[in-house]
Amino acid sequence: MGRRFISIWFRYLTTDWFTLREPGLKEMPFVLSASSQGRMIITAANAVAEAKGIDAGMALADARAIFPGLKVRDDQPGLAERLLYKIAGWCIRFTPIAAIDPPDGIILDVSGCAHLWGGDERYLAEIQKRLHDRGYSVRLAIADTIGAAWAIARYERGSCIVKSGMHTEALLALPPAALRLETETVERLTKLGLREISQFITMPYPTLKRRFGAHFMTRLHQALGQEEEIIQPVQPIVPYSERLPCIEPIVTATGIEMALQRLLETLCSRLQREQKGLRVAVFKGYRVDGKTQQVDIGTNRPSCNARHLLKLFEDKLSTIEPDLGIELFILQAPKVEDHYAIQEKLWEGAGGLEDLRLSELIDRLAGRIGMNAIRRYVPDEHYWPERSIKPATSLQETPASSWELKRPRPIHLLPRPERIEVTAPIPDYPPMLFRYKGKLHTIKRADGPERIEQEWWFEQGQHRDYYYAEDQEGKRYWLFRLGHYDSEKTYQWFIHGFFA
Amino acid sequence: MTDAKADIIARLQKDILPLQGLRSAADGLSPNMGLGTINDAFPNNCFPLGAIHEFLTGGPENAAASSGFIAGLLSSLMRNSGAALWISPRRFIFPPALKSFGITADRVVFIDVPKEKDKLWVMEEALKCSALSAVVAEIPEISFTNSRRLQLAVEQSRVTGFILRSNPRHLTTTAAVCRWQISSLTSEPEEGLPGVGFPRWKVELLKVRNGKPGAWEMMWAEGKFHHTQKPLSIICELQQKTG
Repeated sequence: MGRRFISIWFRYLTTDWFTLREPGLKEMPFVLSASSQGRMIITAANAVAEAKGIDAGMALADARAIFPGLKVRDDQPGLAERLLYKIAGWCIRFTPIAAIDPPDGIILDVSGCAHLWGGDERYLAEIQKRLHDRGYSVRLAIADTIGAAWAIARYERGSCIVKSGMHTEALLALPPAALRLETETVERLTKLGLREISQFITMPYPTLKRRFGAHFMTRLHQALGQEEEIIQPVQPIVPYSERLPCIEPIVTATGIEMALQRLLETLCSRLQREQKGLRVAVFKGYRVDGKTQQVDIGTNRPSCNARHLLKLFEDKLSTIEPDLGIELFILQAPKVEDHYAIQEKLWEGAGGLEDLRLSELIDRLAGRIGMNAIRRYVPDEHYWPERSIKPATSLQETPASSWELKRPRPIHLLPRPERIEVTAPIPDYPPMLFRYKGKLHTIKRADGPERIEQEWWFEQGQHRDYYYAEDQEGKRYWLFRLGHYDSEKTYQWFIHGFFA
Repeated sequence: MTDAKADIIARLQKDILPLQGLRSAADGLSPNMGLGTINDAFPNNCFPLGAIHEFLTGGPENAAASSGFIAGLLSSLMRNSGAALWISPRRFIFPPALKSFGITADRVVFIDVPKEKDKLWVMEEALKCSALSAVVAEIPEISFTNSRRLQLAVEQSRVTGFILRSNPRHLTTTAAVCRWQISSLTSEPEEGLPGVGFPRWKVELLKVRNGKPGAWEMMWAEGKFHHTQKPLSIICELQQKTG
């Protein structure tokens, strides 16, 4: 299938934007100005001002001389580019690939899109109407190459639709500037009397290249479709993505859910065919007022189960505000992994961590409370108690080493050891009494000490001597002394856990 | 005549139990929890699976004792490579210690949610997932309505739920089938040996639906529960009178 491009030319991009904010400016001559080399220079003029002969590039003082009642606003640097980005993002509803073409244009790659609107004429008319409704005066053209579309949009006064394969003919009558050349090259061509593309297009390429340089040739070839032109889409293309345009804007929650369901079914059947499963999915709604609403979900293992994914989205769908209505829904899967649906059947119903139902449960929980709140632990090969476990990276990760328990460990471990006051008879004997949270405990039985050295390659510090102690009521504690017994009494006692 | 009456009553009781969501022992799926004589206290003489059990605890020491007792029960529940969920506002469980209760700690998923509402939601969702063997949650305050929701969830999925209630302000009635209280007892090392012995607890079954409450002294040693004393019959009778 041949490629088709639309070039949109915003004749009065920045002034239109100011007019939207101050509707009173519409009927009067009005310019934007910025200071340059100590003078105020006009950077943009609206249609009324242009009709009076005021153009961008004039000094503001000259323009005021032509028309004393001229309205002036300060230009904002980078405004045009910002606006183009925004509008290009909005144009996603017409095609997935939209790129900006500074300073005043947007390029849409519309290969295979126009028939969805019922042909080129309707497609163009729709885009033009929608942009016009938003307050922008635009000219646009559709052609097989970006160069041709650009030229027709800006220089052709007649039809703006170039039939497939006819772009060379359409270009013939246009001036050389329509080829997006540098000013000097255009001047040189004019000087040589070459005022139309038809006059030099037949010349041998080596001659043209020698006289006008490589840039000229690139532009010419791009316009004629002999050289690929690469555009940078404002939104990266996600390979797994489904679109659902709506005839009428959707405002109800039921409608949004139905749209999501349909998109999920199409996407999942495609994923299934390609033996893939998604890990992350993004559901976007493009609103009538140009804003985008989106929700995203993640899964613990690749999934192409539409029913499960719908459930994950359900909790979040309420955050979508349709406002005046959503006219386009897009479902994207930015992260996709290999997934063999047939194998999944093996795990189903097995119970335990491999069970599909468990990972689906975890997905649902993670959607509401966040994945950070859900932890599994595997042993880490360290003696230091705080470092003896580490969080598992996934639900399926199996421990590299087995759980070893050579010495007793408390079932409850305090996140941080707490200071206690202790009476201990002689060095290296378990304490006789200790006071914790104001309560005195007399130790009846104890095991220990178990010395655990600080791992100096991680952290500097003193060793701990742990005691497993039981008090008069039969309550069991894990106590430790930090440091050696010495005359300066630099050691400290801590409680670190409770045994069952 | 009296025998016939007793028969009829026993049969009727058997008919009532399934209606109240209790699984009968006949299906043979319930694993032996190793609780020994405590089983006599339960309806059908078997530990009620697919039900909610609540544990009252006071103080961190008894909370640890309850965790230990639950871990002992979990080890039987998770025997066939099952998985469990442990929901708490903040994790206190030290996973390596679960090994001493016969649990591979990486088969337990810990969920830390501070909010009461989220905790209940997570618990209910988890109880509906029959891929899990058990769900443990630390929820100090639970209303009757909420506990009823949990009980209804387990009746569908046959997951066993444990609720740890530490220092509840209001000891309200709940829909849980059993109310336990575990407190630590002094360990009894073998004759003449120094140091601390195996963990020993006083296991009190304060309430059990359609069963007989009681109190026992138990010990966890060599991977299973042991009774260290004959059932305290006096307490049994006391409980029956009051409960």
